[in-house]
Amino acid sequence: MSTSRLGGDGLRLAYDRRVVAQNLTVAVPDNSFTVIIGPNACGKSTLLRALSRLLKPAAGAVLLDGTNIHRLAARSVARTLGLLPQSPTAPDGIAVAELVARGRYPHQGLLRQWSPDDERIVAESMAATGVDDLADRLVDELSGGQRQRVWLAMALAQQTPLLLLDEPTTYLDIAHQIEVLDLCARLHEEQGRTLVAVLHDLNHAARYATHLIAMRGGRVVAAGEPRRIVTAELVEEVFGLPCRVIDDPETGTPLVIPAARVRAGTVVR
Amino acid sequence: MIVIRVRGRLSGRLHPRVLAVGTACVLLTTGVGVLAIGHGDYPMSPADVLRTLTGGGTAAEEFIVTQLRLPRLVTGLAVGTALGLAGAVFQALVRNPLGSPDMLGFTQGAATGALVVVAVGGSSAALSGSAALGGVMTGLLIYLVAWRRGVHGYRLVLVGIGTSAILTGVNGYLLTRVPLMSASRAMLWLTGSLDGRGWSDAAPLLTALAVLVPTLLACAPALRMTELGDDAASGLGVDVHRLRMLLLTGAVLLVALSAAAAGPVPFVALTAPHLARRLTRAPGVTLLPAAAIGALITVAADQLALHALPGQLPVGVVTGVIGGGYLVWLLATERRAGRL
Repeated sequence: MSTSRLGGDGLRLAYDRRVVAQNLTVAVPDNSFTVIIGPNACGKSTLLRALSRLLKPAAGAVLLDGTNIHRLAARSVARTLGLLPQSPTAPDGIAVAELVARGRYPHQGLLRQWSPDDERIVAESMAATGVDDLADRLVDELSGGQRQRVWLAMALAQQTPLLLLDEPTTYLDIAHQIEVLDLCARLHEEQGRTLVAVLHDLNHAARYATHLIAMRGGRVVAAGEPRRIVTAELVEEVFGLPCRVIDDPETGTPLVIPAARVRAGTVVR
Repeated sequence: MIVIRVRGRLSGRLHPRVLAVGTACVLLTTGVGVLAIGHGDYPMSPADVLRTLTGGGTAAEEFIVTQLRLPRLVTGLAVGTALGLAGAVFQALVRNPLGSPDMLGFTQGAATGALVVVAVGGSSAALSGSAALGGVMTGLLIYLVAWRRGVHGYRLVLVGIGTSAILTGVNGYLLTRVPLMSASRAMLWLTGSLDGRGWSDAAPLLTALAVLVPTLLACAPALRMTELGDDAASGLGVDVHRLRMLLLTGAVLLVALSAAAAGPVPFVALTAPHLARRLTRAPGVTLLPAAAIGALITVAADQLALHALPGQLPVGVVTGVIGGGYLVWLLATERRAGRL
């Protein structure tokens, strides 16, 4: 059993009275690239919100290094756990380097607003995500893929061992999706960070994740290495989708091929 | 970007334009202030004014400056600073360029407080206190209706507009119930005026500024993070709810106390942050420049109303006309630029 700095124990997650998940227990293995998947409204984003301290569980606790995350100060959590939400907004007229610099906020004080460390780490984060040559450009002017890399650079500048990403590939075209996921995989491998992402695309999840959490109806159906858990039965159970699972010819990871029910206008029997 | 570092302890960054705009504001305000003190039935040259301010004037000059003209100027500066700062805080809080106390009903609430005192007859101290109370009560009401279950800027603006409409009705009713003499006193107050303001009028606001300016400025970095959205700000370690409570309380107090000191001087809180943002071209929240510009336009408008226009108008007439005109112009040009 691998160690885990972040996890949830007996979570009951609810918005007002609407209960999304009951008695949910999850663990994020250290140094993993954990991906949470599941159909719409299965509670995967809600789980990520709970893990990132945005949503307070109605029961149970999210534990960060063994302490209830809601007992910790927001700023001290932000030095251990970074979050890239689904649709952050860039202020009008902000330049790339300035946005990335905002990732340093949890490390700054009232009098210590811009240390040499801040400057170096911001430059490194921009280099790691390949946005260093965009430093002086305005964020509004960038393409969707570039913008997402800038946000990732901001999250990196926060220098947290744990990084949570809520659907980082949404609204991107396929090439930019792969670009962002490649980048995440590289950050995970080279910098040894623990990444947790919510993804929509099961094949992306199976290809990039080292640890997969499959959810349906507010509970975890399966968790583990994709090669071990992604089977036709699991996909049918989680998504209600009949399919075949083959080896990805590029990576050897599981590749889900939905069963054909319609082919070019004719129904297949 | 100018980087400032002192022995590894103190460090910060500054947009050069922010520094330039700040310096220009301070210089211009000082200039207007010196001219303002010199202007009047007993004219004084800028040199005389400076000599008197530094303690070298005759007894008569000393009296005119410190007892008659300086209080009015200082009240104007304090009101402008408070409104500029509060306006910038409100706009950032509700993430809406219309999120000013004029629009959200705080001003009308303060007016209701003042009108109640006019209706039952009371001293000007009671009127000021009641105006402050009216503003704070409106803040509390809006908090209870729109705020408690997590704030959404848009909802706050709509609730504010509703509250403002109700209070305008209440104010109209109160005005019809008071005798004619009181009604004209009320109307003067409602326009926003610095006439005959003494040290006792400025004191509560000055005290509040001494505490709230540093407090709000200390919140500025966290406030800047909330521009990225609540989730991203929380992820960066900002306690968003506590921050909002603190900022709302501070801004409401500033607005209420400035209304108590000079009546509801219109449009300064709306215009100053916009001007600050356009002039500094810095992205996002610019609290200090907004406060400086607020002070400058209030004092300049008061001088304009007093000396350049016929009939010794109250300051609120000028800020209303110029501020409103500026807003319309802003909307027209921003619309053309496709930004609003």
